[in-house]
Amino acid sequence: MSDVYILGTDMIKFGRFPDRTVPQLGAEAAQLALDDAGLTIQDMEALCCGNLYQASAMVGQRILQEIGQTGVPVVNCSNACATGATAFREAWMSIKAGIYDLVLAVGVEQMGRGLLGGGGGGKGIPKEGLLGSATMPAVFAEAGMEHSRKYGTTFEQFAKVSEKNHHHSTMNPKARYQIETPLEEVMNSEMIAYPNTKLMCSVNVDGSAAAVLASEKKAAELGMDRAVRVRASVLTSDPWQERDLVMPDVNTCTRAAAKAAYEMAGVGPEDIDLVELHDCFATAEILHYENLGLCGDGEAGKMIDEGATALGGKIPVNASGGLLSKGHPLGATGIANIYEVTTHLRGEAGKRQVEGAKLGLTHVIGLGSACAIHVLEKVN
Amino acid sequence: MADEQTGPLPVVDFLKIPENGDPYLEGHKCTECGAIFLDTRSACSKCGARDKLEALKLSNRGTLYVYSIVHRSFPGIEVPYVSAIVDLDGGGTVKGNLINVDPDPEKIPMGMPVDVVFKDALGRKDKEGNSYLSYFFQPQKQSQ
Repeated sequence: MSDVYILGTDMIKFGRFPDRTVPQLGAEAAQLALDDAGLTIQDMEALCCGNLYQASAMVGQRILQEIGQTGVPVVNCSNACATGATAFREAWMSIKAGIYDLVLAVGVEQMGRGLLGGGGGGKGIPKEGLLGSATMPAVFAEAGMEHSRKYGTTFEQFAKVSEKNHHHSTMNPKARYQIETPLEEVMNSEMIAYPNTKLMCSVNVDGSAAAVLASEKKAAELGMDRAVRVRASVLTSDPWQERDLVMPDVNTCTRAAAKAAYEMAGVGPEDIDLVELHDCFATAEILHYENLGLCGDGEAGKMIDEGATALGGKIPVNASGGLLSKGHPLGATGIANIYEVTTHLRGEAGKRQVEGAKLGLTHVIGLGSACAIHVLEKVN
Repeated sequence: MADEQTGPLPVVDFLKIPENGDPYLEGHKCTECGAIFLDTRSACSKCGARDKLEALKLSNRGTLYVYSIVHRSFPGIEVPYVSAIVDLDGGGTVKGNLINVDPDPEKIPMGMPVDVVFKDALGRKDKEGNSYLSYFFQPQKQSQ
């Protein structure tokens, strides 16, 4: 079966855009990606759109109302924080199946403010702060504490993730923040849910990202100079676990997805040059070093201490600044990290360029849970 | 009066308040594969077996698996509190507030034995003014 290629991709600079609509934000990324591919909306045979907070409001069709209602099939999908990656994968599958040659994937989100999760609902009385916490910072704090319990991982080691990713973002003009954030500042910022301080939580921002996917035949016809090959696309949900639903499990579904993705791509973690993974909280990044096989179980703390995942290290992780500093517009995140890896593979990442990058991996987790992994490869 | 409250309501469906006897947490166990759940399910979510879930009285003792000390929550919710995941003796995992501890990571060892205790739901009432019975975890008293 022939491969699928990314011919164009882009994202808007993440930020707060209260005066713009979700379709307007999505339209901007869509046009940027089309321009990057040197194609037009008339060339697209389908649109896959990812958005969470307006999941019932036909965001994909409304994007076409902004940029050209060509009458092509539109799929709107919602899959928690894996929404954008799921939209990308829907596009990939439709080309892989031989149905289309050119498909546009867009992820877009306009976020509210404040804490995610645990907002109440249900019958009776509010349970937050009564039956523990369902807020995201606490849920991922507990996931981090499981790592501490097993391996002695410290608050400082978790905090170092945030220091690193904030440093990376100073080289990314499309990140929400470009501010050096020393370790002491991370550790001394407001404690939200121990061990996650405010600067160890991802940034709530609005944003959009898009990609143009093509069949091998079409990519060959249009020219592969800047094309990137999709070597693997995998989506998993969480298998049953003993502490199911009481303690959402982001590990098992990531391990299963990583194993399947490496098999599909015919490579191992040692072949990967850079990774954009789901650092929704600093604690989460530590877990995923091991889940993705970047190091052995119990070695993630050492890995962050040694700087192995910083730019210039053995395997740079979240060169974009990650969700912690670039920002996390839920539905856009999965395509924004595909944009980031593609940009490195093309050698166009400027000051944060991972030199000689040939193979990259993207990872997102939607709590509940959905895990999507893509392995991307430089063509020329 | 049929709708007049005679006692507190359970905060969740898996908290049972027998007419005679002490409150307890109830799980369901799959007789096919042994998986234990809180609440009911259409079928066993581990093995998919149908009509194999049996009600099971869960233990009032367990061990602290992991926790987070929550310092920022929604408006009106008193902080800090300790959100704890507890593995009950004999099976079943429950999330709740860990009480009667200092909210200090140095003083909350993971793996410590805890009791499940039942108390009023921090004075929270529903729109009809009903009060609720909730469950909490607290460190087990050291036996002398």
